[in-house]
Amino acid sequence: MKLIFERSMEGHQCSLVPRSDVPAASLPEKQMRRSTLRLPELSETELSRHYTELSKQAYGVNDGFYPLGSCTMKYNPAVNEEAARLKGFAALHPLQPESTVQGAMEVLYRAEQILCQVTAMDEMTFQPAAGAHGEFTGLLLIKAYHEARKDSARRKIIVPDSAHGTNPASAAMCGFTVVNIPSNAQGGVDIDALRAAVGEDTAGLMLTNPNTLGIFDPNILEITKIVHEAGGLCYYDGANLNAIMGNARPGDMGFDVIHLNLHKTFSTPHGGGGPGSGAVGVKKQLAPYLPAPHVMKTEKGFTFERAAQSLGQVKAFYGNFLVVVRALCYMLMLGGDGMQEASENAVLNANYLRMLLAPNCKVATDGLCMHEFVLDLGEIKKETGVSAMDVAKAMLDEGMHAPTMYFPLIVHEALMFEPTETESKQTLDEAAQTVNALLQAAFTDPERLHNAPSRTPIGRPDDVQAARKPVLRYSFENQ
Amino acid sequence: MNCPENLKYTKSHEFVETLENGNVRIGITDYAQNELGDLVFVNLPQAGDEVTAGEAFGDMESVKAVADVLSPVTGTVCAINEELLDAPQKINENAYEAWMIEVESPELEDGLMDAAAYAAFCESEK
Repeated sequence: MKLIFERSMEGHQCSLVPRSDVPAASLPEKQMRRSTLRLPELSETELSRHYTELSKQAYGVNDGFYPLGSCTMKYNPAVNEEAARLKGFAALHPLQPESTVQGAMEVLYRAEQILCQVTAMDEMTFQPAAGAHGEFTGLLLIKAYHEARKDSARRKIIVPDSAHGTNPASAAMCGFTVVNIPSNAQGGVDIDALRAAVGEDTAGLMLTNPNTLGIFDPNILEITKIVHEAGGLCYYDGANLNAIMGNARPGDMGFDVIHLNLHKTFSTPHGGGGPGSGAVGVKKQLAPYLPAPHVMKTEKGFTFERAAQSLGQVKAFYGNFLVVVRALCYMLMLGGDGMQEASENAVLNANYLRMLLAPNCKVATDGLCMHEFVLDLGEIKKETGVSAMDVAKAMLDEGMHAPTMYFPLIVHEALMFEPTETESKQTLDEAAQTVNALLQAAFTDPERLHNAPSRTPIGRPDDVQAARKPVLRYSFENQ
Repeated sequence: MNCPENLKYTKSHEFVETLENGNVRIGITDYAQNELGDLVFVNLPQAGDEVTAGEAFGDMESVKAVADVLSPVTGTVCAINEELLDAPQKINENAYEAWMIEVESPELEDGLMDAAAYAAFCESEK
C-alpha cells in the first residue's frame, strides 16, 4: 500500500486540528524555521481511507487467535477503554496541583494496594514504561540495596538459560556481570549449578516462574533460599504471571523484587505500540529506594512523596498512567475470585491445546504445563525440511497469528503457544485442527509450507536486510 | 556433516585451526551457523585484547537469536577478520573460511574434540 507521504497532494487539507485556544507565543527570529514542515497534505476523506487501509493490514487479538507465547495476548475488555477515556483521567495535566487530581492519585494508590496483595509485595512503582524498563529499575534497586549496606562487591547476576533475553541484557545495562546457569532435564533451574554459581559476589538471581517452557519450578523455595543464604536478592520477572495470578504469589516464593507487565497480565493494550507498564514491586527492605514520586495516603488525602534514598525518576512523571487506570478497572471488574479463575483458565486452555497438538508434534517438556507450552519441531525439520518458521508463516495464511518462534533458545525448532484464558473451547478446537493439518502437510506438501505465506499483504520479508539495513523513514524525492 | 579433519572443535561449536606459525584461528562451525540461521551482526574483540579459554570473546546475532562465541584458548588476539563486521553472511557461506580471530602463543583448552568426536557430538545434540 501507499505510504501517507505518497498519497500527499499539494493543497489538500482537512480541519481535524483544533484552533489554538491560547495566545500565540513569539520566538526569536533566529529560532524560527526557514522552510515549511514537509507534512503530508491530505483531505479528510483521503486520510480516513489511508488509516482504514492500514488497519486492514494489521492483525490484533480483535481479529482472531493470537497465541504468541510469553506475550499474553488476552482480549482487553472494552470497559477498560471506557474508564481510561473518562475526561477526568484522560484530560489531566501531570503538573496540576495535587488537590485537583486526588481521584487519579487514588487510582495509583489502589492499583498499588491490590497488586501488592496479588504478588505479596509491600510497595510498588508504576513509573517504568514496560517490562525491560521494569527489569532495569528492579536491578537498580538491588544495586542500591547492596551499596547502602556497603556490600558493593556483589557484581554478579545469575540468569538461567531459559530466561527471557531481556534479563541478561538488563543486567548488563545495569553494569552487572551475567552468570548463565543451565536448566535441568525437567526444564527447571539446575540446583547444583545454582549452588556452584552463588557466592560473595552474587548480587541476585533473575527468574521467570513459570519459566519460558511453561514449567512451574517445583524447587522454587529452595532456589530463593540458596540465593538469600549467599547474600543475594531474588528478582521475579512477571512476564508469566498470568499462569499464577490469584493462585500463587512471588513474594511467598521468596522473591524480593518483581516487575509486572500490566500490558500482559492485566489486560491493557500491547503490541503495535502499547504503551506498556512495567510496574515494579518490592519487599520492605527495598522500598526506600523506589523511584519517586510515589503516592502515599495521609490524613489530608493523597500526596506525592520523595523518599530520601529514592533512585529518583526513571521516567517522566508517574509512568503510563492511563494503563494503570485500565489495569485497575480490569482487577475491580474481575475481583479476587475472578483473577484466580482467569489464571486457572489460562492454564487449562494451554493444557487443552497442548493435548490436541501433541499427537502431531513433540512437546518440549513432559507432563502438565502452566499457561504456555513449547512444541519442538526438531524431528519434523530433520525428516521433512519444514522448520518452525515455515509452520509459523503457514499459520498466517490460515488467518491466525504465529506463536513465538525460536524461543526459548534451549529448544532448537521451538514454537511457543500461549492461548490465554480469553479463548473459547471452540476457538481452540478450530486452531488445533488447523495447526495439526499444517504439521501433517509438512510430510505431504512441504513446498506449500516453505512458500507460505501466500495470502497475507506481505510475504516473507527479508529478515537479514531488515536487521542490517532497516529503512526507518520516508525518503523525500528532493533530498 | 561438514567438519574438516585438520581442525579441533568445542562443545559450544567453535573450531580451532592451528596455523604453521603456531597461532590459532577461531570461528564457529558449519553446524553452528546452520542452527543460528542467517547472521546479521558479529561483534569481535580488537587486536591486542586478551581472550580466556571458556569465556566469551565476541557475540553474533542471527535472525533467530543472539549468541556468545566462547574462546577455546587463552592468549592474545593478534588479528581479527574485519571482513566479517560488514559481511557476517560470509560465516553462513563458508564457516571454516570465515575465521573470527587469530590468537598468538595460545594455550589450548583441555578436551577439544577431533572431527570424528565432534560429528558424533552434534549427532547426539539433535
